Amino acid sequence: MRRTPLDPEMLDRTDRAILNALQDGFPISPHPFADAAAALGLTESDLIARIERLREIGVVTRFGPFFDAEAMGGAFCLCAMEVPQDRFEDTVTLVNAMPEVAHNYERAHQLNMWFVLACEKPEGISKAAARIERETGLKVLLFPKLKEFFIGFRVAA
Amino acid sequence: MTIDATDRKIIAATSGGLPLTPSPYGEVAGWLGLTEAEVMRRMQRMQVTGVIRRVALAPNHYALGLVANGMSVWDVADDQAETLGAKVGALEFVSHCYLRPRALPAWPYNLFAMLHGHDRAEVEAKRSDVLRLLGDACHGHDILYSTRILKKTGLRLTGEG
Repeated sequence: MRRTPLDPEMLDRTDRAILNALQDGFPISPHPFADAAAALGLTESDLIARIERLREIGVVTRFGPFFDAEAMGGAFCLCAMEVPQDRFEDTVTLVNAMPEVAHNYERAHQLNMWFVLACEKPEGISKAAARIERETGLKVLLFPKLKEFFIGFRVAA
Repeated sequence: MTIDATDRKIIAATSGGLPLTPSPYGEVAGWLGLTEAEVMRRMQRMQVTGVIRRVALAPNHYALGLVANGMSVWDVADDQAETLGAKVGALEFVSHCYLRPRALPAWPYNLFAMLHGHDRAEVEAKRSDVLRLLGDACHGHDILYSTRILKKTGLRLTGEG
């Protein structure tokens, strides 16, 4: 995924209107592009072509259904470790080698390694954490989600 | 929120996104040997039950200039954490918002909110906004900036039960 800003000149007003409108939702209907295009004053084929281009230039990361991973039966847990600086790179290698580790970030804090465990079953989480503790000799703090709040995040295009 | 094998096939077929054709649900139905009406009915049901959070376009916030972010963490009074957490999550610069257990004494924070901005200064300004919103219910807070991505893999969806 692109992590640098795009030249703003690459987007015109219509592109921005599409980005602003469709991040709120896209219809589930027989001709959803035609429906969404009508609301934007565009034709179906113009909307499809523009979304295609926005995806190609990396302004759209995903277009389609967003799933609740847990509803599909998976288990996830945010974890953190305090890793001594001189052992950091070795620990990265050990932790990243585990297939259960989905994301791993270095963060500026005493707890300097933050990763997400993703397992098929809930019991997999504590097993994976225990294995990381065994292999690294470091304590793994588990921060399971107790409550997730509805997100109002919007990106003004 | 139960889903069956057919739902899983639909999830697997669309986990990379919808096809950019005039009838994308009909196209997916064709791949799976289902009718368009059944794909739409099942997706609508999954949306009602929360398996599908939404069908939408996700803008790349980095490409649009939101390149700075920080994981803000807050020690919020337990009896107000749910109400205040809902308010923080609803802010338009917050992309993830969760209650998590504290890990005392090292970690006193129970509310996690990912804040986004065009630069570090804007993220810090948003952090002040959250602090004002939490008021006296907040007993301590911090923000963790990522210094390096060590690993990032997509969620694996096998479509199996």
